[in-house]
Amino acid sequence: MILVIAEQREGKLNRTTWETIVAAQQLAGVAGGDGTIAVLVPGASVAGVAAELAAAQVKEVVTVEHAALEPYTPDGFTAALQDAITQLAPSHVLLPHTYQTRDFAPKLAARLDRALLTDVTGIKAAGAETAFTRPMFQGKLTADVVPQGPAPHFVTFQIGAYRVDQVAKGAAAAPVRALSVTVDASAIREKPEPPFQQAKQAVDLSQAERIVSVGRGIKEQANIALAQKLADALGAEIAASRPICDAGWLPMERQVGSSGQTVAPKLYLALGISGAIQHLVGMKGSSTVVAINKDPDAPIFEIADYGIVGDLFEIVPAIIEAVKQ
Amino acid sequence: MKIAVCIKQVPTREWQPRLNDDKTWIRDQDASFEMNEPDAYALEEALRLKEKHGGEVVVCSAGPARVAQVIREALARGADRAIHVEDDGLASADAFVTSGALAAAMLDEKFDLTLTGLQSDDQGFAQVGVILAEKLGQPHATIIMEVQAEGGTLRVKRELEGGWFQWVAMPLPAVLTIQSGINQLRYATLKGIMAAKKKEIKKAGVPAGLSGKQKIASLYVPEKGKKTHLITGSAAEAAKELVRVLREEARVIA
Repeated sequence: MILVIAEQREGKLNRTTWETIVAAQQLAGVAGGDGTIAVLVPGASVAGVAAELAAAQVKEVVTVEHAALEPYTPDGFTAALQDAITQLAPSHVLLPHTYQTRDFAPKLAARLDRALLTDVTGIKAAGAETAFTRPMFQGKLTADVVPQGPAPHFVTFQIGAYRVDQVAKGAAAAPVRALSVTVDASAIREKPEPPFQQAKQAVDLSQAERIVSVGRGIKEQANIALAQKLADALGAEIAASRPICDAGWLPMERQVGSSGQTVAPKLYLALGISGAIQHLVGMKGSSTVVAINKDPDAPIFEIADYGIVGDLFEIVPAIIEAVKQ
Repeated sequence: MKIAVCIKQVPTREWQPRLNDDKTWIRDQDASFEMNEPDAYALEEALRLKEKHGGEVVVCSAGPARVAQVIREALARGADRAIHVEDDGLASADAFVTSGALAAAMLDEKFDLTLTGLQSDDQGFAQVGVILAEKLGQPHATIIMEVQAEGGTLRVKRELEGGWFQWVAMPLPAVLTIQSGINQLRYATLKGIMAAKKKEIKKAGVPAGLSGKQKIASLYVPEKGKKTHLITGSAAEAAKELVRVLREEARVIA
């Protein structure tokens, strides 16, 4: 049985759970076994989320409800899921590669002494074994990786690697059942405070039709003005990859990527952005991607529709000129 | 406060990947290496905590002999001493082996706080810090953007997705994984580089019985998801052609 761990907060499902169910449905066809999928929903009160997920073509939805699971803590989740996984004895445990998963999944896998493959983008048969595809070296290389040792094998899937609209829905709702687990709330060492947003997002890049985005290739803060000129010429918003905002060259609210905004403009023009995974997940929904980079092997070219290999300090002024004509 | 910082040596950003003969790892001898960027921020945060609260900063690294380069660099930036778990097999080790090797070497030191980067720029597991916490029996928090350590407790700002944050408190000792950009990095001074030469680097071995939990069956240059239309020519020619295709083919600009 393949077990998907759903992610929800205060009764609101994280949509990446559906992507993970798509991955589970594909894995069921590749990995053999009995081909069944169960979706486990941990939290304090998850009946609504469980009912929503029961629409998927899966054998069952299992709720694991405990007051100690809301708000999320790594100690609470590890204790509850260790108990649940021991009871259910799955072949694989699949999770979306969210920040929350990254916070507890390595602890859970280590507690159970089992393999954990992270940031996976694909599944393929490798002889009698199943290999999982994942990026390495900042996306410059891809690896087919085979988990070692006894089941269950833990696998986390990169956000956006599977499409929600590919999910197979069942003819009728899957049965939902409750599983009880033991969690010692007094043993939870982390005391979380409520989430907050640093500054009100004054810029909503998700609504932008065109975006000019700058990366390390812009070299210094003074050169941001050149990118801004191009943005003005194209009627675009300016945005950046994480290192530019870390350096304070553009405000954090203009950051695109897993820790910033997710955008899907008609045009995304990437200037000097190599295309680390953390950036790509924030912009790969763009309709047309243009990459300008001096490195022909930069991963950004793997998802670019149009590319120019060269010096952006020569090319950008030329584009500004060309747009005026 | 006695602070450990776990750092990894990774290929530089400019490195062009070349594969070994059986295409399961890179040709190490062709690569140039540097300190993993998030680990550099973890080191900086440790140095700032020491400046504020006193104590000691100990650099811990697991890797082959070549990682002495980043250990020296960390000592030059201000770390007090180092532990080097040295083994050629650690160059391509998975997160279980790396964290197991580090935990064995760190256990007796009884650090109050352990910092490391949120993930490495080579294998990118994002696991070592969290597994280390589990092996040391300590609480942890990941993707940290601010650290407050007062009176035996820790309060840290954890980054969530999409511009959200959360403060989390926990007792010491603990392990934190640090996000890039948490602080402004310092660089080594000449004085620091000279002082580093006299600082202690303790060698340790990999404990017996540690075996990997994942095997790389093959490593390759990614298959392209999209067919990129590469535009060539002089800057002026390429710019003109780009504007033409964006207007006429993609129809995304006026």
